[in-house]
Amino acid sequence: MPVKTIDEINEKISEGKAVVVTAEEMIGIVEENGPKKAAQMVDVVTTGTFSPMCSSGAFINFGHSSPPIRMTRVWLNDVMAYAGIAAVDAYIGATELSESQGMAYGGAHVIEDFINGKDIRLYAESYGTDCYPRKSITTTINKYNVNQAYMFNPRNCYQNYAAATNSTDKTIYTYMGTLLPQFGNVTYCTSGQLSPLLNDPEYRTIGIGTRVFIGGAQGYVAFEGTQHNPGQERMPNGIPIGPAGTLALIGDMKKMSTSFVRAAIYEKYGTTLFVGVGIPIPILDEDMAVKTSVSDKDIYTNIVDKSGKTSFSQRVSYQELRSGFVTINNKKVPTAPLSSMVKAREIAQLLKMQVQKGEFLLTMPAEKLPQNAKPLNKLDVRGD
Amino acid sequence: MKKVKVSLTFPPSKVTFPLMTLLVRNFGLEVNILHADIHLNRTGKLIVELSGEEESIDKALQFINGQEIKYHLFNGMLTWQEEECVHCGACTSVCPSRALSMSAPDFYLTFNKEECLVCGLCIKACPLRLLHLAHRGNETA
Repeated sequence: MPVKTIDEINEKISEGKAVVVTAEEMIGIVEENGPKKAAQMVDVVTTGTFSPMCSSGAFINFGHSSPPIRMTRVWLNDVMAYAGIAAVDAYIGATELSESQGMAYGGAHVIEDFINGKDIRLYAESYGTDCYPRKSITTTINKYNVNQAYMFNPRNCYQNYAAATNSTDKTIYTYMGTLLPQFGNVTYCTSGQLSPLLNDPEYRTIGIGTRVFIGGAQGYVAFEGTQHNPGQERMPNGIPIGPAGTLALIGDMKKMSTSFVRAAIYEKYGTTLFVGVGIPIPILDEDMAVKTSVSDKDIYTNIVDKSGKTSFSQRVSYQELRSGFVTINNKKVPTAPLSSMVKAREIAQLLKMQVQKGEFLLTMPAEKLPQNAKPLNKLDVRGD
Repeated sequence: MKKVKVSLTFPPSKVTFPLMTLLVRNFGLEVNILHADIHLNRTGKLIVELSGEEESIDKALQFINGQEIKYHLFNGMLTWQEEECVHCGACTSVCPSRALSMSAPDFYLTFNKEECLVCGLCIKACPLRLLHLAHRGNETA
């Protein structure tokens, strides 16, 4: 039975009367009062995550020069941006590497520099047309002079993720960090009990059109994220074990802050972008109170061998991962996070304040995220 | 008295060689084993802190060289740009001495200089490149 609607919650927010807590605070509230009473007490639960999210980037419209150019190839600080769209639009992806600095600088760094207000060197080429005669341009752009710059991230906020280890005799360098030989360490990457989609595991309130905190600005869920996989194996509590749902997010990059967006380099892997995301979850009923009270002890994942040499897999809870050690083959193996709890908590707290002050209103999804989908496609190799 | 941190790499044929005993007995050094990864018939690694007279340490290192055991002197120190850190924890995954660590409940990164082996593994593990090797006495270098 519904306790309240999003409209009723928004009315309370506007009147400054909404009760807002973070997903971590909700654990104790439900434990103490039970879900029924907690659903009456609490209106909104805020979540947060600050993790490397490779599938991130931004569309930028630079403005036209005179004579104009139909940019066919674009570089920003020597990092190639995709220009196969309209004349002066381009998409800069986080993992694209610098043509002069290699892995030391990439699209993620361009984005960080842009958000910091720095000048970015733009070089573009074209074949020239009757309507766009210019064949090349060198100039500088920044967040104050471009027309639009919005982050559009095809896959953010992975709902759970496999933890990583390495069975081989050599250190391997991966997007899950440096993995030491012979199960020398385990890395994991989620804010667990504070993570947005782990607090709404069946996508009841987070859907297309949901307003979100992204990189310090307000943005939206644009669509299901790429590789959205709701059919992942789940625990009886509905929490998926391993990678499941994802979100495509959009937000105004001009309004973002490098407190919540940072460029990252993973040794011998490449560049990626730390993106800070927070999503407020309306407590519509008892079920949402139960869902948002999830804690690390209830969330499981599998530790997998990132070398790809074995099919090693070991199920483990985030409570165990967060303890600093897990046991693999009777050996105590140190664990380390890659996703910042410090930042995730900062985001959840900041979002809580914004909702309390009426600066951040909740939205009813325009469309639900898919709850069922066919298994992810596996590419067949058909050539050499 | 001098104190140095040394990394030793033993070829498989030398992993049973009683080097530590000899350093104590023949060179009068105090040996503190900080990290050990030694297995029979495999290349072994040892990180030790040696304390003693400067001359004795020099002679000991020459002796080690003569045993086909490779050594590397750690004569720098690690610096951390703490104000820029996002506390992700990636560096803690490779730190052998747990000088870089984070733990429940706050998960803030802490750096204990005394525990640091100056092995440098964390430098490339930090996604924000906030850890650097500096010469001793010049932390900002």
